[in-house]
Amino acid sequence: MKPFAYLRASDVDAAVAEAAAEPGAAFVAGATELANWMKDGIQSPTHVVDINALPLSEIIMHADGLRLGALARMSDVAARPDVRQACPVLSEALELGASAQIRNVGTIGGNLLQRTRCPYFRHTPFPCNKRIPGAGCAALSGEHRWHAIFGASDQCIAVHPSDLAVALFALDAIIHTRGPGGERAIPIDKLYLAPAGTPDRETVLEHGELIVGVVIPAAPFAARSHYLKVRERESYEFALVSVATCIELAGPDDRVRAARVVLGGVAYKPWRALAAEHALLDKPLTAETIAGAGAAAIREAEPLRDNAFKVPLAERAVVRALTTLGGRP
Amino acid sequence: MATTTDTSTNAHAPGVTWLTLRINRREYRFQVDPRVTLLDALRENLGLTGTKKGCDRGECGACTVLIDGRRVNACLTFAVMQQDREITTIEGLARGNQLHPVQAAFIEHDAFQCGYCTPGQIMSTVALLEEGHTGSADEIREWMSGNICRCGAYPNIVAAIQQIAEQPTP
Repeated sequence: MKPFAYLRASDVDAAVAEAAAEPGAAFVAGATELANWMKDGIQSPTHVVDINALPLSEIIMHADGLRLGALARMSDVAARPDVRQACPVLSEALELGASAQIRNVGTIGGNLLQRTRCPYFRHTPFPCNKRIPGAGCAALSGEHRWHAIFGASDQCIAVHPSDLAVALFALDAIIHTRGPGGERAIPIDKLYLAPAGTPDRETVLEHGELIVGVVIPAAPFAARSHYLKVRERESYEFALVSVATCIELAGPDDRVRAARVVLGGVAYKPWRALAAEHALLDKPLTAETIAGAGAAAIREAEPLRDNAFKVPLAERAVVRALTTLGGRP
Repeated sequence: MATTTDTSTNAHAPGVTWLTLRINRREYRFQVDPRVTLLDALRENLGLTGTKKGCDRGECGACTVLIDGRRVNACLTFAVMQQDREITTIEGLARGNQLHPVQAAFIEHDAFQCGYCTPGQIMSTVALLEEGHTGSADEIREWMSGNICRCGAYPNIVAAIQQIAEQPTP
């Protein structure tokens, strides 16, 4: 590990100024991700700006939505009864991520900034465009059964590891940041960058720009929501495929007024299945309409040599998640 | 680099720096490189070798300690980040010769073979009981999934946890 200067920031402006002043600076909160990259030589910040003392840990339920401070811990958000009641998909996604130890320190802001990764990214003897742009992608011809079935490029086929991000896509979350250029509110579906041009850069955040909070607007569909995660082992594993879905039913015959269907583990970012959502609109949630949504969700999938199994897996995960939300025969 | 914070405690240049950690109700003041994880500081700088290093990547849980009562992986945080916290390691559980109830239950149920993961399993269990996720064997397995036992002593670990969870609080 390369030497670094350590600074504990006392307020948000100081943290941003300290990081912005040093091209090699990195923020640290839970450290559960950065510490590993530093040990492996994948990231070598010259300055580590510790933001844990900043007043960004709030979890506040307003009438117009839920506000989560960037430093709210995954475990604390998941355990809040009002969060679980208002947006079950959020609590479920958080509790299905990582381990209890990591959830106790992992933060809402840090979780969203996890890097897309694959085994070749972690093993430095292999070429990886994310580690060294232009080096090549070892996964393209190598082992890639865990990799993307949507949005891949010949630069990178890794998938985003966050469960939380998938839930926040389904909840239309807004990411609030403060950076050298001021404040920004970024809809979460504008946060992540496609790997084609800049595989080493995963988000639109500028250097020194800090996530300060996440706002989930109140929406009628949030209360009827669910997160389904399919893994190769029962617990403490990334998703092969996951589904975050929210449904609002309305009218005397319970037709779908609004729907969100978002897939995780399939792309460089959570992948919103708009065709599946459209397939459900104005229809009752029946086995037939749910099957149609499942088929629509994977219609444009482009599997690689070794991960075609993810396509029917995603389809069936969508069907199961929607059925859990109250599908009827 | 300029900083608006008190440089005596909040900024540490590369190289060796002075640090104070509060561990098992005792203060330790020592010199350490900011690159040293809490795990390595415990084991190498302070001689508290009860906390084990398994994967050193947060995957196995052998290094589980409590920070302000919450279980965390000591390998995934730098020692310099843990000033002003209350750290509890396996060495801090017993009171003299009186074992902590979780330690006693692990012995009673033979909840280990080689013992290497055991300090982490026990620290994780202490936190789990506080969190209350002990309603069923399945719930215990899910909430203990951050602690791996390569000997496969899981059935006895779950039995030990279930016994303590059912005991009335002393």
